[in-house]
Amino acid sequence: MSAAQERTAVTVDAPAPPSGIAVQSAAREVRRLVAGWANTGMPAGLAEHRRRYGPVPIGAFPGRGGAARLIAMVERSGLRGRGGGGFPTARKLAAVAAGRGPRTVVANGCEGDPTSTKDRTLMELAPHLVIDGIELAAHAVGATDAVLCVHERSTAFPALVDALRERGPTRTAMRIVEVPRRYVASEETALVNLLDRSDPRPRGRLPRPTERGVRGRPTLVDNVETLAHLALIASNGDAWFREVGTVESPGTMLVTVGGAVNDPGVYEIEQGTPLGAILHMAGGPLVPVQAVLVGGLGGTWLGTEAETMPFSHEGARGRGTALGIASVIALPVEACGIAESARVLRYLAGESASQCGPCMFGLPAIAHDMTELAARPDRAGQVATRLRSRLAVIPGRGACAHPDGAVRLAASTLRVFAEDVARHTAGRACPWIGQRYWMPVPTGQPR
Amino acid sequence: MSRQARRLRVEPITCHAHGICRELLPELVRLDEWGYPIVEDGPVPAVLRTAARSAVRACPTLALRLDRGH
Amino acid sequence: MGQSLWFASRGTGLVTALLLTATTVLGAIHTGRVTGARWPRFTLHAMHRNLSLITLVFLVVHIASAIVDPYAGIEWLDTVVPFVSTYHPFWLGLGAVALDLVLAVLVTSLLRTRIGLRRWRAVHFSAYALWPIAMLHGIGIGGLDTQLGWVLVIYAACTIAVILALARRLLVRDPDRDARRRAWTS
Repeated sequence: MSAAQERTAVTVDAPAPPSGIAVQSAAREVRRLVAGWANTGMPAGLAEHRRRYGPVPIGAFPGRGGAARLIAMVERSGLRGRGGGGFPTARKLAAVAAGRGPRTVVANGCEGDPTSTKDRTLMELAPHLVIDGIELAAHAVGATDAVLCVHERSTAFPALVDALRERGPTRTAMRIVEVPRRYVASEETALVNLLDRSDPRPRGRLPRPTERGVRGRPTLVDNVETLAHLALIASNGDAWFREVGTVESPGTMLVTVGGAVNDPGVYEIEQGTPLGAILHMAGGPLVPVQAVLVGGLGGTWLGTEAETMPFSHEGARGRGTALGIASVIALPVEACGIAESARVLRYLAGESASQCGPCMFGLPAIAHDMTELAARPDRAGQVATRLRSRLAVIPGRGACAHPDGAVRLAASTLRVFAEDVARHTAGRACPWIGQRYWMPVPTGQPR
Repeated sequence: MSRQARRLRVEPITCHAHGICRELLPELVRLDEWGYPIVEDGPVPAVLRTAARSAVRACPTLALRLDRGH
Repeated sequence: MGQSLWFASRGTGLVTALLLTATTVLGAIHTGRVTGARWPRFTLHAMHRNLSLITLVFLVVHIASAIVDPYAGIEWLDTVVPFVSTYHPFWLGLGAVALDLVLAVLVTSLLRTRIGLRRWRAVHFSAYALWPIAMLHGIGIGGLDTQLGWVLVIYAACTIAVILALARRLLVRDPDRDARRRAWTS
């Protein structure tokens, strides 16, 4: 596998991190979020954190005028959300800051997609950076309280509890809330719904949380990685943030690499790094790879020609895909992409909140079709035709993007594994089916 | 009555697939295989505006909405 | 002259009972997935609404003639406040309860788009209580009329119709409701 730009991996000689995930950076200058950990090999305690990053720079942005300057700085930095949406962070900050009445900040550390471990890694290794970000965001929008949402039984929970205890009373009242471990529970409106009515289901696109969120207040919901970047921008400035990355996608980003690679884990990369180089950072392929799944279980398959794709928002867009939650899972040649996708679709179908018809009926239907394609001959092409017609009517008709993701995955399966589809429909199944699965799909979820 | 363009929209969570909108407004609404409405994009033609309003009123769960166009 | 108002009240009362039964039956069976080519849902719904309005007309005549007629000394207040009349306070009182429910259903239906679905539905479902109360009012206050053979047949037919309609309502499968119940959230 050739990479357009070979980056020399700098291995950090350090004991294994608490979560057992190897964290490496390609070069010194891109070790930003994980710098605290990378130097000592231990999660940064408060003293170490302050030594490395300094105090929370709220002092540089006093009062409402300072808050406005902070938002302007974030806007110049071009920071975009790291929770999957890629929405310009400054715009969200401004929308909430312009709201009436008390405001709330919700830090989203739930990470509902099983392919991604970057958020929990960040919270375990640099909890104080995340909390700094929450305090700064709260100051920027004028929020009176903040909530940090994590999944129940998350490995990051103890680290966060300890960090909050270490800090003592914070400027903004902060509390941790545990969220049920379901795929859609970490969606923006689902978090608001959980905090308001103990109902972990998405509520629909309107009203937007920035206008009416928790208890009807303007609410800022941001991913924990986004907030960590915000903390660094406040300390180091927008020009510093833009020193790496691209014009449209500046700064660094945490990427989860998994599947058939030698060193699966979380890596901090410069945005714009070619996909091939990212796989190389993760130790390169374990075995020959036929495709990668980019952006989560509701993301897109890409063939090996995608190794030149720059890992940035515009780079992904150019290849007809999106970064999503920035996970990359490599699928070996000796595996069946259709069977893998069928298994993912069955999981996604089971995770539907069952509030909207096209999702609660459509997803099980397309999961069934894909399973049929994987398992049985389809010589008349009926199953493939039926699947395609269903994929055409499901997107955009749910209250959230969950069904859209499942459709995106299914459509890219048919595209990238077209040869396999042809083989399967002709009745020649792969020898790999049932041997082992490479996509991290949770099993045994109670329905 | 406003002359502004109006768009027909379904509230996904509230819709329970009763299908009355399809009965009253077949020009703009068709049903998927599970009985849920697929609404034509774009502004409602003037000639169908009355029918659209009665469809909105007739929805048993008030899931069909007529939004001001944007 | 003296008797005709009383006959009018009794007569329209029976017609109202029939119309109310038809309205309730249509209300029960046009919910859920009942689309058929000959009786599309909206047609059934329109029939239900139109019948309810005709029922109202006969109800008004039934009540007005009872008040205007001096024989029983029924005041207009007795028709909305239950059990305060001098004439058969219990049976007439049931009629007053029924009328109160009718007014509630009417008002909420007129304001349906403004009060939200849940509130509208809560009041509208009281129609299932309204029907038996209205029927009991008719049977109880009918006195000698209720002993007539053909009147009993009418009451029996109405009861059977409502029972069948209710059974259909409870038995019809609704895939949407079932799917929502099966969710991981429930």
